[in-house]
Amino acid sequence: MEQTIKQEVKLKGIPASPGIAIGPVFLFRKHEPIILMRTIAASEVEQEVERLRSAVARSKKELTKVFEFAEQKLGVEQSKIFEAQLLILEDAILFEVVYERLQRERKNAEYLVKDEMEKYHQIMMTSKDEYARERADDLLDVENRILRNLEEQKLISKIEGTHVIISHNLAAADTLIFSRNDVLAYVTELGGATSHMALLARALKIPAVVGIHQLISLIQPDDQVVVDGYSGAVVLNPTAETLRFYEKKKIQYHAFEDALAPLRDLTPETLDGHRVKLAANIELEEELEFIKMQGAEGIGLYRTESLLIGKEIFPSEDEQYEVYHRIAESVFPNHAIIRTFDIGGDKFIAQAMKENNPFLGWRGIRVMLDKPQIFLDQLRAILRASTLKNLAIMLPMVTSIKEVKLGKQLIGQAKDDLRAQKIPFDENLRLGVMIEVPAAAIIADHIAREVNFLSIGTNDLIQYLLAGDRGNEIVSDLFQEFHPAVIRFLRRIIERGKEGHAWVGMCGQMAGDPLATILLVGLGLNEFSVVPTVLPEIKKIIRSIHYTEAQHVAERVLTMQSEDEIKAFLKHLMKHKFPDIPIG
Amino acid sequence: MIEQEVTIRNRAGLHTRPAAAIVKLAARYQSEFFIEKDSFQINGKSIIGVMTLAAEQGSKLLIRFDGSDEKEACDAMVELFESGFGEPP
Repeated sequence: MEQTIKQEVKLKGIPASPGIAIGPVFLFRKHEPIILMRTIAASEVEQEVERLRSAVARSKKELTKVFEFAEQKLGVEQSKIFEAQLLILEDAILFEVVYERLQRERKNAEYLVKDEMEKYHQIMMTSKDEYARERADDLLDVENRILRNLEEQKLISKIEGTHVIISHNLAAADTLIFSRNDVLAYVTELGGATSHMALLARALKIPAVVGIHQLISLIQPDDQVVVDGYSGAVVLNPTAETLRFYEKKKIQYHAFEDALAPLRDLTPETLDGHRVKLAANIELEEELEFIKMQGAEGIGLYRTESLLIGKEIFPSEDEQYEVYHRIAESVFPNHAIIRTFDIGGDKFIAQAMKENNPFLGWRGIRVMLDKPQIFLDQLRAILRASTLKNLAIMLPMVTSIKEVKLGKQLIGQAKDDLRAQKIPFDENLRLGVMIEVPAAAIIADHIAREVNFLSIGTNDLIQYLLAGDRGNEIVSDLFQEFHPAVIRFLRRIIERGKEGHAWVGMCGQMAGDPLATILLVGLGLNEFSVVPTVLPEIKKIIRSIHYTEAQHVAERVLTMQSEDEIKAFLKHLMKHKFPDIPIG
Repeated sequence: MIEQEVTIRNRAGLHTRPAAAIVKLAARYQSEFFIEKDSFQINGKSIIGVMTLAAEQGSKLLIRFDGSDEKEACDAMVELFESGFGEPP
């Protein structure tokens, strides 16, 4: 039987994670706003009842955990909300009605749960009493929790075989769920190249492209697609010719990456003997083997908030210790820098207090200093894991000396706790700070005197400097690594760090941009911590230049007045010296 | 069927704790249990129902029991209300 040949459609997005994938699409829609009513067969009723029972049971389990955590770590006020929610979940009458309707009307569980809870929700929302209105929010939360648990069961069974996941947007938690299945690539309508989803996709070595608007309207269920995570190209229903082109490109890139493999054991040192450290950024333990393969000198940034993805409560001190311990052992004798939880305050506050401007709000070290119970758990866990003497702590989003001193105080307290329990740890555990807030960059010399090292977080630093959201694809052009202001700031941070006798590294995206390498070496950066996939490339560049040459490049760049001028200069330089390194 | 008017005695009114106490007590009895406020009626065995009442200190509610143990249930419930749910007046 003849099938209609579908039209080939060529699209272009922002490359988010390298690699080429070819395969069938899977359209991922999350939280369908309209719960569809389905009638189910009489034979399916029992199954549906069971599905609802286990969704409710899971919801209860989740809520109990959250409630206990809130009680212990967040205080009575916060925990009251969850207490109320647990009671709602156990409402005798509500579920009696839902199960009865299931049997009688034979409608799907989602629809019935939503329908029944909506009735109460309406009454509460319109009440003149504040308490009732607050409970309306709780009711909605419980409803969403049950619906999510109902859906999750469906979701995981749906994905069979390997697919290219297409979605409007993907939260970090979604990417993790999918990664447990075989995923060929991710493509989303929203997102910038440094969004969390992009970071995770790179960590998992899954090609990804973001920022293709209206993509979903062009997709049909059985479409084939090519995803080019190097260039950002996405081709729907590729012709035989297109397929051949991409198969060839795939082989070329593999060859290029293979050619870099022998670099693994060589030191990242310039031709005239200037040594830098070349380490890896990681989010997941799964990456530990890979970073070794790529020749990383340890870990320059371990993002601990990855331990929180998809979870509602913080892992315990013991749970964290296990992870940090494994990491320390894995990289030994190299070092690992563990960054304390860098999260937004929205994890702790009620709906009503949602911040208008979270990037300029309660996040990073600010949150941790306000929640010392949770912070101390993490600090103790890191200290306990430091017995091999190869760990360091890094504090995120520091703005002032006060924060650094408070952080040190808490570390001191954690040490006292452990000493009292006779638990061993590294007394000389190193401490560093992320420089990502402009204010911190300007007082970097003061901060440097308080700590052992500074690490420049260009992702956020550039955002704050240029007032552009890196996750917003409409203004993604504003995010300029090579803006003269950025280069000046980098120079300043590195100089001042050295004045304060701290070494200065960089863990932001820019450290892994081959176009920036010579410049950064020339500015005197001591350490590059990069996504492991680009490690060999960066090492190759470092080993092929003279430090004196790099310093000249930096001096030249510092005189230039525009990003265009700087980029053109560097591109020209790179093309000349490294014609086979793909510069985007 | 028994009906009885009760008053909210405690300062905080019918928030989560009292609501839970009411529902827990009502569950012990077989009788059907309804609470009425300003001609608005809810099933008193449902915590969500009780929460929607949003009754503050001083409000008057009508409780209604219907069943074999309605007398005991009503007495117990009246006592619970009168005690202000064990909370400050």
